[in-house]
Amino acid sequence: MHMEKYLILNTLSYPVLSVIMLVPLVGALISLLLKDEARLKVFGLLVTLLTFVLSLPLYTCFDLHTAKYQFAELRPWFSLLKLNYVVGVDGISVLLVLLTTFIMPFCILCSWRYISKRLGEFIFVVLIMETAMIGVFISLNTVLFYIFWEAMLIPMFLLIAVWGGARKDYASIKFFLYTLCGSIFLLVAIVALYIKTGTFFIPALMDQEYSFAYQMWIFVACALAFAIKIPMYPLHTWLPAAHVEAPTAGSVILASILLKMGGYGFLRFCLPMAPAATLYCMPYLIALSLISIIFGGYLALGQTDIKKLIAYSSVGHMGFVTLGIFLLNDQGLKGAVLQMINHGITTGGLFIMVGMIYERTHSREISDNSALGMMIPIYVTFLGIFCLSSLAFPGTNSFVGEFLVLMGAFKKSTLVGFLAIPGAILAAAYMLRLLQRMVWHDSDGHAHHHDAAGEGHGHVLSDLNFREISMVVVLTFFVFWIGLYPAPLLKIMDSSVAHLIAQISAGGTVVPVEPHGVHHSLLELGGWFRQIATF
Amino acid sequence: MDTIITSKILLTSALPMLTALMVMFSGKKPNVREAWSIIGALLTFLSVLNLLPHILAGGAYDYTLASLYPGVNIKFHLDGLGIMFAGTASFLWILAGFYCIGYMRGLNEHAQTRFYVCYAVSVGAAMGAAFAGNLFTLYLFYEIVSIFTYPLVAHHQDAEGYAGARKYIVYLMFTSKAFLLPAMVIIYLQCGTLDFCYTGILNGIFPAGANKMLIVVSYLLCLFGFAKAGIMPFHNWLPSAMVAPTPVSALLHAVVVVKVGVFSTCRVMLSVFGVQLLHKLNLGIFTAYFVSFTIITASIIALSKSNLKARLAYSTISQLSYIILGVAMLTPSGITGGLIHIANHAFSKITLFFCAGAIFVASGKKDIKELGGFGYRMPITMIAFGIASLSMIGVPPSCGFVTKWFLALGAMELKSIGLLVVLLASSLLNAGYFVPIFLKAFFGKVAPADAGLSGSLENKPLIMFMVIPLLITSIISIVLGIYPDLFLNIIKVMVGA
Repeated sequence: MHMEKYLILNTLSYPVLSVIMLVPLVGALISLLLKDEARLKVFGLLVTLLTFVLSLPLYTCFDLHTAKYQFAELRPWFSLLKLNYVVGVDGISVLLVLLTTFIMPFCILCSWRYISKRLGEFIFVVLIMETAMIGVFISLNTVLFYIFWEAMLIPMFLLIAVWGGARKDYASIKFFLYTLCGSIFLLVAIVALYIKTGTFFIPALMDQEYSFAYQMWIFVACALAFAIKIPMYPLHTWLPAAHVEAPTAGSVILASILLKMGGYGFLRFCLPMAPAATLYCMPYLIALSLISIIFGGYLALGQTDIKKLIAYSSVGHMGFVTLGIFLLNDQGLKGAVLQMINHGITTGGLFIMVGMIYERTHSREISDNSALGMMIPIYVTFLGIFCLSSLAFPGTNSFVGEFLVLMGAFKKSTLVGFLAIPGAILAAAYMLRLLQRMVWHDSDGHAHHHDAAGEGHGHVLSDLNFREISMVVVLTFFVFWIGLYPAPLLKIMDSSVAHLIAQISAGGTVVPVEPHGVHHSLLELGGWFRQIATF
Repeated sequence: MDTIITSKILLTSALPMLTALMVMFSGKKPNVREAWSIIGALLTFLSVLNLLPHILAGGAYDYTLASLYPGVNIKFHLDGLGIMFAGTASFLWILAGFYCIGYMRGLNEHAQTRFYVCYAVSVGAAMGAAFAGNLFTLYLFYEIVSIFTYPLVAHHQDAEGYAGARKYIVYLMFTSKAFLLPAMVIIYLQCGTLDFCYTGILNGIFPAGANKMLIVVSYLLCLFGFAKAGIMPFHNWLPSAMVAPTPVSALLHAVVVVKVGVFSTCRVMLSVFGVQLLHKLNLGIFTAYFVSFTIITASIIALSKSNLKARLAYSTISQLSYIILGVAMLTPSGITGGLIHIANHAFSKITLFFCAGAIFVASGKKDIKELGGFGYRMPITMIAFGIASLSMIGVPPSCGFVTKWFLALGAMELKSIGLLVVLLASSLLNAGYFVPIFLKAFFGKVAPADAGLSGSLENKPLIMFMVIPLLITSIISIVLGIYPDLFLNIIKVMVGA
């Protein structure tokens, strides 16, 4: 086994990936010893901030000129199965790791007042969650990947089930079952790959050539798991339920990071390991992505609950991500990765904004939170910025991502490009509708005229305090930074995306002979789709 | 002359934004607030003037602020077309600044700080669009204009205001997302850049082997995408936007917003596609006839409106299409006539709206039927109205005549009887809906409600704030008709003689 040829071992003074993965875990254990609530919050914040600071060398010391896995660590672990502890990041996963460490302090900050019961357990769960999420992104070993993948499930389940809203039982079980179903297929694929190749090492698995039929099975098993996670139509129904019931921190984690696991999985497993199957299934997945984009946007347009609206908008936005991924061209893939980061920042920001207004009015209904413009102008300003970012307003982060994906789509085929455009229109429609109602007043005419004192709500609403402003200012900074100068991020992913495309075009030559187990009529349908897609 | 690369040109669009900030911070003190507004307008105009000599000498300014992706930058490039629009809009902002004081205080409007802030940002974004050096920058500022004019249209915050504002934003956002966005992507994929062509208007940026079908598609997408230009069938937002306070209708919906649309359309026609390409694909003559429909139809609708502002709105829709018609002729005279109308229409139409607002503040009248006898009660206003109407009709020596002259020349260069007929018919229609207003004011029967009322309505100090600006703009409408050289020189630089 020549694992070293895929890796650039860590040269920093500390094993950066293991450290940022373990710091939250150690923090979680220590938090069990703390009793005082104020201290617990500060402690949680410090741990997440420390993790973020420790992860910064990943950005500053990243080698832009290689697609190898960097900052890698390789230790023997379980010699009987030739199983090693191996971690490392490439240009795609490093961005997601940084996104995770960046978002986690916000999860603690936005719970400052929101979480009032079982605070110790809350901090514990959130920190465990961080360890698991970082673990998923840095694992280069399928077993390690799967362990972390499953480890996310319980803390997230608890976040919804313990600190959730009225229908938390329903939502948490639904979330649990959906994700677990997907994971089982993933486990099958991992075991099958091991039996076939005798290795768990992900880069080595990418280098193998599998027969077309085998690739199809691997692709379908993995794609199911990731399509549920991302989530893609028609497997998305767990998401709105989970979002609505989860506490703010849960929603932020879910939207900003957990959904990215699906996209990351596609990029790490499906595309490089089953390139021929990917090419074969591309038209279907493009079609499903387009349906997700339009369906998610259409449903978002009809929501009266702010959180539900943003949840459905996530379905649409992640549709853009999967569309970009399965366009399999440079712009599409870059746009998809960038859009994952953007969605993490923007939708995270939006959920934080919703949490803030919920703390004030104790309602997430748009009609209960209307006409805020005059009353809490600072809040409304930031809400406006995040909404505009979400609808891909030029100059904000999402525009760059969406533009890249559209570029990839039009490059692929003009028809696919035009079919994605309604998604962009719908995004503008539901976000402006939300903004119009929350800032001005709801359109059914019963304007509850509240003056500066906020009589309409029966109590005075206070504008954002220092903690809240500092949160949204940081996020806003990134909204505009990526919107105006995305080059640093695009440079980081450059080599890895190019490498991924090379892997697909090299492996995609496997002839799609009549695959076993794939029904013949499906093949005909595929040919039809392909004809449309190449129009 | 050479192109100067300097960040100085950012100042012109930054100044209105700074003005907005100052206005916001002095919101509690109305006098200071409005002083800032006018100082900001003055400085903006001066910053444009400062750039003028180099442009007149045939030079250009250029500055790249940020780079999103190779070929997609936030880039500013100032040439003749840009400075004409920027100069006109910033100059009229000064006058509108005074006018706003009279109007907003005269009616005791609410949320005046918000009004002034959005007003300034909208103008600033229009400056940005005028200075845009590529399609993306143009799109960016175009969208900022849409967002920041929404609060101005919804200003009254009543059911009518919300309905109008919603229609406004739906039309503008829908068209830009549905048409402009794909157009930009297609153009980028064909050309590898979104930068305009900086070497004259003949050659666009499309490479020789570009797909013809996609060129036509992207052209049509641009034509409909810039819905602020008010080309039918996406014109309906403009009449709805008239629910806004009149200074908004005046500066924004006669000069800034609609001209951003028209300017963008012209810019894309001349600097992205280029005269030769449009000519080769017959898109010029298609566009000319297409907008002719708007010119005639909007004029006919205007005839049927008795609300003064509604009539002016349809007149605006019709007049905007003149500009596009001229450029679409693709002949030097046609393009000159079209582009110079950006300025000419601005001065005349703002006068008309100023008059409508002054009448409303002074007497509460909105309907043309009620204007009997107003020629004697508001003589300056109604005479200014008359002058501006003549300009709209195209009667010498008003500036509208200069436009008509060049457009007619252009039509003859094309040997197109059809376009000449359109010009003549629309002039008659213009006369048909403007002259009766003037006649009504001076010779019409006094409305029963006003019977017995007499005396000037123009002598109150706040009304003077409105009457003096409209007097100035109407005088300029004449001056530009007698001495059109300034703008003609700028355009000559642009069109290349």
